[in-house]
Amino acid sequence: MADGVGVDLDNVWIRFGDFVAVREANVHINGGDFFSFLGPSGCGKTTILRAISGFLDPSEGRVLIGGNDMAGIGPNKRPTALIFQNLALFPLMKIWENITFSMEVKGASTAERRKRADELLDMIALEGQGDKLPSELSGGQKQRVAIARALCAEPDVLLLDEPLSALDLKLRQHMRTELREIQQRVGITFIYITHDQGEALTMSDNVAVMRAGIIDQIGTGHDVYDRPATAFVASFVGENNVFRGKIQEIQGNEALMQSNRSGLLRATITPSAVGELKVGDDAMMFIRPEALALANGDSHDKARISAKVLSEEFEGNSYSVYLEGDGGKEMKMSMPNLGQDPEASRGQDLTLSYDVGNAMVMPAGELASE
Amino acid sequence: MKSNVFVSRLALGIYLLIFFGYLLGPLLIMSLTAFNSNAFPSVSPWACFTFEWFQVLFHDERILNSIKNSVIIGIGTVILSVAMGLAASLVLTQVWAKWRSTYYTIIIAPILIPGVVLGISTVVFWDRLSRILGPASDALFHNGIFLTVLGQSTFIASYAMLVFVARLQRYDPGLTEAALDLGATHTQAFRKILLPFMRPAIASASVLAFLASFENYNTTTFTFGRYPTLTIELAQKVRYGINPSISALAFIIVVLTVFGAIALEAWRRNKLKALAVKEGTAPVGRSILPGFLRGNWAAVVLVLMSFAVITVFWAGQSYSPAQCKQRVLELKQAETQRRIQELQLQRQIKRQADALKGPDIFGPSSQSGTGTAGDNPFGGVFNPGNLEGQSGTGTGPTEQPKPEEEPKAAPKPSPFGGVFDPGNLDDVGGN
Repeated sequence: MADGVGVDLDNVWIRFGDFVAVREANVHINGGDFFSFLGPSGCGKTTILRAISGFLDPSEGRVLIGGNDMAGIGPNKRPTALIFQNLALFPLMKIWENITFSMEVKGASTAERRKRADELLDMIALEGQGDKLPSELSGGQKQRVAIARALCAEPDVLLLDEPLSALDLKLRQHMRTELREIQQRVGITFIYITHDQGEALTMSDNVAVMRAGIIDQIGTGHDVYDRPATAFVASFVGENNVFRGKIQEIQGNEALMQSNRSGLLRATITPSAVGELKVGDDAMMFIRPEALALANGDSHDKARISAKVLSEEFEGNSYSVYLEGDGGKEMKMSMPNLGQDPEASRGQDLTLSYDVGNAMVMPAGELASE
Repeated sequence: MKSNVFVSRLALGIYLLIFFGYLLGPLLIMSLTAFNSNAFPSVSPWACFTFEWFQVLFHDERILNSIKNSVIIGIGTVILSVAMGLAASLVLTQVWAKWRSTYYTIIIAPILIPGVVLGISTVVFWDRLSRILGPASDALFHNGIFLTVLGQSTFIASYAMLVFVARLQRYDPGLTEAALDLGATHTQAFRKILLPFMRPAIASASVLAFLASFENYNTTTFTFGRYPTLTIELAQKVRYGINPSISALAFIIVVLTVFGAIALEAWRRNKLKALAVKEGTAPVGRSILPGFLRGNWAAVVLVLMSFAVITVFWAGQSYSPAQCKQRVLELKQAETQRRIQELQLQRQIKRQADALKGPDIFGPSSQSGTGTAGDNPFGGVFNPGNLEGQSGTGTGPTEQPKPEEEPKAAPKPSPFGGVFDPGNLDDVGGN
């Protein structure tokens, strides 16, 4: 797997007139990686994908695939295959013709094409459906045909532009695992575009989180989730409770923040902000709902927040508890469903505790709008 | 309430009747004239049922030749205007985003320019060009087929473009991108993806272009040179006198059109049915009809119509209206005889009255009119003196020699070539 073809973006800028769609993108994607670009719609992630596949040229900087500069090389000459958001299956061609289109344009014989189509149809579990038209397949089947068509071109890099967004939840979850399996089987580099952080985290080796043309953070799913580099990443990936305030004291990689409504809070400075964050700076602290817990008598080493229960939602495996802090700050906490009666605690004043290692503090910044 | 509904339904029915009458009435009347043995296209008086006009048509070299020219020009126009229209529509929808509306106006302009202007400008332009390029280019640039194809294509290409634009709006440019991404060249992407998608539009644009070319007159009239098309030939025929063979031709065209429309409908329904069968939603039932006719009225009509055409054609081989014609001729001669006598009687009475009244007040004008008729640009049709002469001669060649004071009775070149002269009727119809 390590011998796949890597992709590098070297100081890439993409402008449309005055509008800057991508700003100074520097990305190194390892060969054989499953790499995701994650961001809200309109953040420029599809633009990056189109620059890699060759449909547009960067205004500045270079795109390298396998170390080769791709400037001036058209999409049909690049070792990439793109799976479009709407799949773009050829409506007038049969499934097997769709799948082997890349062979047809190279002049392969019908017999060869049929043989390869049958192999790929086997792989995507659509045996014997080669003579249907795309319109006769279901959404998930079309999805797999699109993947087979792209793989038939034997690309070094497979680019996927939100291919699962049109599917219903169940199918989407199924396709996630399937995509991951396919990627591991064929061992080529997958570059995946999505606005769904669940997809990005479950499938990817590495994730780049984008905001308005800027790549905020590149890292593993764990990095991005547990040690977000910016307030945007912290608020966009997963759920988070955000506390605003000013830094009062810094000790090593820990900081004490005077929050606006919840008193003094202790938290870990996110790795990328160590040394950058100064006393007196505006800061934001993030605690995941699942990192909050009811304070027991013995948890002296933990930080505490007191709050009152407003309401709760039952989610099967867990409860989401909505609380209000002393200063009116609203919070969310997640508790595993262990058979307790959550309604009994409604209106109660509670003391919550959290592990300082799970609370991240960083310079204040733009939040993802939900 | 109930009566209200009834009245409005009745009104709607009447309206539809009038509407379709207005639309189809002329076609019906014209079709009937093709089967009447009268030499001038007419329904009443109905003389004899006959197929002879079809024979006349099929032996008319000029008509046949002009149909050939029309078809050649039509095919040329289809090829040229479909190619130009497709190119124009691709430019419109895919390339020029900023100048789209300006470009659209320019491309659409030929539709708004009168065909006459297009015809003249085509001739003038290529004539100039041939002067510049020298006599070598003369043969081509003054060739009627070449000029007509170019002249017609100037505006028919715009029609074709409109058809293509409508189709292209439903095209997903992502498909072309997908093809490129999979390694196709731009040519391959065009040929294998876009062109198959455009095929229905190309078919309908071709039909449209061919029909527009086939029926065009006002552009062609300047450009046809030595290759008159059907419309030109028909117009010339009308000028020099028509007979129902033109109706026969029109009837054939109408029948072919209806035939084509029903065949298309039958084919479409058959396809729908095949789809329904495939999806298992086709109604299951027993029928005495063979499979391809079941649940497809258009196919049934098509078969019936084919039978009817074959029957008529077969009947036409053996049917002869000679007897009927003979009878009509006799009737006519009797009628003519009667009218001549009536006329003579009237003249006699008039002459007696004139003699009593003294000099005729119309005398001088009548005299001068007849005297100068030869120089008159209108051939004397507006000369009151002619009125008497022509209206009185319902009898053509069988007419008796006129009295001396009627010099106008001698056949005179009328601008209508005498088509409106009832006297011609016997002449041709009697043959």
